[in-house]
Amino acid sequence: MSLLVVLDHDRGTWSEANDEAMTAAHTLAADMGVQIDVALVGDGALDLSGQARAAGAAVVHVANHPMLTDFGPEAVGETIVQLIGAASPDAVMAVGTSRGNEILAQIAARMDLPFVANCMSVTPGDGAWSITRIQWGGSLLEDTTLVTDGPKLLTYGHHAVLAEAAPAPGAGIVEEFTPDLDGSLARTIVVDRDVQQAGVTLSTASVVVSGGRGVGSAEGFEQLEELADLLGGRVGCSRAVTNLGWRNHTDQVGQTGTRIAPEIYIATGISGAIQHWVGAMASKRILAINIDAEANMVVKADYAVIADLHKVVPAITAEIKRRKGL
Amino acid sequence: MNILVCVKRVPAPGSKINVTSDGMAVDAAHLGFTTSPHEECALEEAVQITERDGGQVTVLTLGPVEAEEQLRYAASVGAHKIILVPTDGSAWDPQRTASALTEAIQTAEEANNQPFELILFGNESADSGGFQVGVRVAHKLGRPIVNAIKGIDPSDCAVTARREIDAGFEVYNVPTPAVLGVKEGINLPRYPTMKGRLASKKAELTNAEITAKAGGQTLVRLHRPAEQASNTEILGTDESAAVAIVDILEEIGVC
Repeated sequence: MSLLVVLDHDRGTWSEANDEAMTAAHTLAADMGVQIDVALVGDGALDLSGQARAAGAAVVHVANHPMLTDFGPEAVGETIVQLIGAASPDAVMAVGTSRGNEILAQIAARMDLPFVANCMSVTPGDGAWSITRIQWGGSLLEDTTLVTDGPKLLTYGHHAVLAEAAPAPGAGIVEEFTPDLDGSLARTIVVDRDVQQAGVTLSTASVVVSGGRGVGSAEGFEQLEELADLLGGRVGCSRAVTNLGWRNHTDQVGQTGTRIAPEIYIATGISGAIQHWVGAMASKRILAINIDAEANMVVKADYAVIADLHKVVPAITAEIKRRKGL
Repeated sequence: MNILVCVKRVPAPGSKINVTSDGMAVDAAHLGFTTSPHEECALEEAVQITERDGGQVTVLTLGPVEAEEQLRYAASVGAHKIILVPTDGSAWDPQRTASALTEAIQTAEEANNQPFELILFGNESADSGGFQVGVRVAHKLGRPIVNAIKGIDPSDCAVTARREIDAGFEVYNVPTPAVLGVKEGINLPRYPTMKGRLASKKAELTNAEITAKAGGQTLVRLHRPAEQASNTEILGTDESAAVAIVDILEEIGVC
């Protein structure tokens, strides 16, 4: 009896989403009355078995195969399907990152089983499981039932669970296995990587300074850039700004852009349409700077300044420089 | 290159989404409808590829009969053929949707006497966000699929696809016929021209009646998350608020 957690890593670097996965897994496994096993796939995975054990894994399945060096959704999906065949878990879960949802979808397609993506809470039952999941990026919730004779397949929404330290380490028994992968699955394996940004990224930044239509122009973002640089953060933007061509889509915060969770989100000149809000709502604190006191972003923020962002943002930069003696 | 784009009709909400009294759908009484954003970009990409390299774009949707509106829109921005798989208007679960789409695709390919070299899905729909229909369809068709694609470069017998990751891109070289899940940001979709609007009215709509059995996930009800009590602290109404802001930045350790 087990809950199998598919963990993510990048060539041996532990993904922060794994901490959320294991936190959610502890609750779900306790409700199911089963142990937590984990699956780690590919080069560098074995090095992470200690972290998986510390996070509470009873068994750490490590899959090795020449085709698993870099990510390939079909090869990884097929690998987990074979592991499910061998280990017969009662449920299989991951965190709903881009990869997490894709791997679970691959498993579901291959086994022709239902898959519930981006769950908030899961109540196991003898027959149907009752699940609340995210729709509209988190603006709506869906109560749903999951009925299947096979293992339950699900992901928890990314940032839907606050990562906590494991109550106790697991036995952490390492079981290595080599899946039988057809050579044709190489068709969807990464052939090259084009890493463009060094250092802090939008999704991992502790400070995000973001601008909306209220910034007024592409040049208007220079003030935001200066403040973000000073704080070691990143500049974000709203969908309106991307559509106006002022910023690249890679800077877009929102349902169809990047979902962020910084220590503080400084949202300037952003009205706060729901598709933007759901990308920003996992921020620990939100400061809105806007001339409109009734803007959705202002109403939902922890702190607000009702003023022209082009006066306030340079004033923040100047105040930081003054205090640091820069 | 002959390309199929699968799109979904979704409500276009503003700052709040309301639910119908039975909890089974978004209350769209005062909302317009649109094409789910990732799919709008998938369509634009398909049109750009065929404008450059030749070929045809077919757009397929599964939805209520009103989804003809989104198909006509697709025709107005460059789609050549449009296909509707009508539902009764209820939300179909992902397994049921994938089965019906697969059958519709197979029927269209038989009529064309050749497979679509490329099938594009949106990475996920804006409303239900199941993250799986494209993967299920690709698997049923026995074709490769990669999701989260923000760059497509077709060549003979393959497409080079760029997947966005945190710090850049992963590059895939996928043999055709292939399926890709596309994300917004791959391009900026065009607006329809007057000529396009007129042409869209004449585009021939194919109706593909398909029955498919329900899968294992069943909607019980939709509801809004509990509103967090918002007690916004107003720090000021001019730039003198900078002092209070920097105090907070220091207090939380980011400055």
